[in-house]
Amino acid sequence: MALRQCAIYGKGGIGKSTTTQNLVSALAELGNSVMIVGCDPKADSTRLILHAKAQTTIMSLAAEAGSVEDLELEDVLKAGYRGIKCVESGGPEPGVGCAGRGVITAINFLEEEGAYDDELDFVFYDVLGDVVCGGFAMPIRENKAQEIYIVCSGEMMAMYAANNIAKGIVKYANSGSVRLAGLICNSRETAREDELISALAAKIGTTMIHFVPRDNVVQRAEIRRMTVIEYEPEAKQAEEYRQLAIKIRDNKNFVIPTPITMDELEELMMEFGIIDDVDESIVGKTAAEEAVA
Amino acid sequence: MAALTREETEALIQEVLEIYPEQARKDRAKHLAVNDQSLEKSNKCITSNRKSQPGTMTIRGCAYAGSKGVVWGPIKDMIHISHGPVGCGQYSRAGRRNYYVGTTGINTFGTMNFTSDFQEKDIVFGGDKKLAKIMNEIEGLFPLNKGISIQSECPIGLIGDDIEAVAKKANKEIGKPVVPVRCEGFRGVSQSLGHHIANDAIRDWVLENRDGDDSFPTTPYDVAVIGDYNIGGDAWASRTLLEEMGLRVVAQWSGDGTIAEMEKTPKVKLNLIHCYRSMNYIARHMEEKYKIPWIEYNFFGPTKIAESLRKIAALFDETIQAGAEKVIAKYQAEYDAVIAKYKPRLTGKRVMLYVGGLRPRHVIGAYEDLGMEVVGTGYEFGHNDDYDRTIKEMGNATLIYDDVTGYEFEEFVKRVQPDLIGSGIKEKYIFQKMGIPFRQMHSWDYSGPYHGYDGFAIFARDMDMTLNNPCWKQVKVPWKTEESPKVAIAASA
Repeated sequence: MALRQCAIYGKGGIGKSTTTQNLVSALAELGNSVMIVGCDPKADSTRLILHAKAQTTIMSLAAEAGSVEDLELEDVLKAGYRGIKCVESGGPEPGVGCAGRGVITAINFLEEEGAYDDELDFVFYDVLGDVVCGGFAMPIRENKAQEIYIVCSGEMMAMYAANNIAKGIVKYANSGSVRLAGLICNSRETAREDELISALAAKIGTTMIHFVPRDNVVQRAEIRRMTVIEYEPEAKQAEEYRQLAIKIRDNKNFVIPTPITMDELEELMMEFGIIDDVDESIVGKTAAEEAVA
Repeated sequence: MAALTREETEALIQEVLEIYPEQARKDRAKHLAVNDQSLEKSNKCITSNRKSQPGTMTIRGCAYAGSKGVVWGPIKDMIHISHGPVGCGQYSRAGRRNYYVGTTGINTFGTMNFTSDFQEKDIVFGGDKKLAKIMNEIEGLFPLNKGISIQSECPIGLIGDDIEAVAKKANKEIGKPVVPVRCEGFRGVSQSLGHHIANDAIRDWVLENRDGDDSFPTTPYDVAVIGDYNIGGDAWASRTLLEEMGLRVVAQWSGDGTIAEMEKTPKVKLNLIHCYRSMNYIARHMEEKYKIPWIEYNFFGPTKIAESLRKIAALFDETIQAGAEKVIAKYQAEYDAVIAKYKPRLTGKRVMLYVGGLRPRHVIGAYEDLGMEVVGTGYEFGHNDDYDRTIKEMGNATLIYDDVTGYEFEEFVKRVQPDLIGSGIKEKYIFQKMGIPFRQMHSWDYSGPYHGYDGFAIFARDMDMTLNNPCWKQVKVPWKTEESPKVAIAASA
């Protein structure tokens, strides 16, 4: 089987890292060889696989050693649960330097050092919430991730972010082979959430590949720095992640997305009662002003 | 070759523009003009200080070049850190020939390259800590430095380093001026914005250092020389004339200059501006804040020198006015002899110029003193106030070209067929290969000084040496061959 490279995007805090690690564990359980590349300076994309607080990152090791050329692959690549390979790009603390350049440097390093070997079945890039600059689009450039999964929920801002990410994908899809592969709904238990995300997916030309329900076992596993798959393999939630893994393994629905306009998105949300009809007369009015009127 | 008429020059511009695509043609048309002395304002005929068109091979530099290379670099007793990757500092090192007195590496640092040599990790994690460390090391290794300037290269602005905070902290620790300069190369359309940014940094971080401190004894004759970079010793040849007429030169900005001179400049009575383009900003600021008047002067060629000396003297008392006359008289025999020797060899020769800040207009008088005529001129990074000052200096129907492109310059030269071209290193070999004598007018072609009476003698010698060099007769250019070699061979066979 040829190596499949997938990138996971989505609004900050939506559960990308947790979903990715559970999904990857399920894929490993199915017998796949998988690598996770964390593309976030916080470096929390591999902790549940490695049972670690935070993995030592490529960039912090490079800074210590002098330059990235001084590193060897085994310095940065750690194997965790079921042999899942883990690597974190790393980057600066908030407010200094250039995190985007860190992602670029780290991924270039992995390529040059041959981290993408023939035995791998999947690489997953877990990318920081917003594609704020070119660095965070690195995983979806030519010859990197070709499938993108967007994690979202039925909340307004999560859907807004998903649509924006779809816009970014269009840019790279037109010049390369990157495609949108589906929305993963990580439930926040909002009203008619599965229907809403399915409708949004249809509008932007893809599908909701799986609806992951909310379950406290995820938090219980996280406290132990473990995935649900490892912590409680027989839990109902573990089965959900396994289903997601199978669907992704068998997925063939790769599209150039058709992102929708702000108006269309608002219309959709109104249809599902997330927001009320926009009453232009109240725009910009404070509570005090409304009381007078 | 006879001078072109107005109509011919206009037709030449149209012909040269023809090759461009429509949008580029429309843009470039605004930067090319036929001089009209009757105009008071250049904006009637030319547009300047605009973004260059991609693909046109502009000759311009960047904001970093304007700040580090021009304004700050020559301050000899400070250490100027090229902050960012190594190239900007190394490729601009010592290239401008700003002469200075001192022991390099001990109490002066002009020809050395100090750089933070950014690596990937500095981009990713930020360079502030490294910068602080470098300044610490500088203090240890070069304790006689009188201050540090931080010249930002492009990445500094991109990754958002807080060099101002680092500078303030270092200033407290080492007790010397530490000046952060935000002259990232991508800012602005040319080196011109770099000059402005550098001037603003002097205003904000240096000029006030001695406000309220009256310990420096002043005289009514104190002046500062602003915008002379002492290329090949220019500022020295100028300073001596000012001193001989009775003025006291307190500061040189910035050729062979020091930070102490800069700090004392707010105490002077008059600021004398040579390169208006690169330092008018600070002169205007001092006028506003310290009520110091400023005037422009021109020390190229005896005519302009005498004019300038009298103009400066008129702002002082009779002692200085008499001093100016004395200076002019003292050197008269010298410069008359220069003219007598070289004018017959150079008279009637036509020159095309394309230089930087002040020379496209300032050297015209010196050529005229030798009987030569400037038939085309232009600025790399001038603004319209520069062109305002150029209109009257240039003859009617001569060519004016702003931010000239490689193609335009070559085509103009082919048609105008000047006897001499004065421009920069990038242009030199193209025109020499075309068989046209060329002088580098940025660096004086490793000669100089050209300012002052001393400089004029060297200027005249250099122009003669280049223009009348017998080597040009050996250059065989195809369009000057009477018959092609093939025909010649056939005839002899």
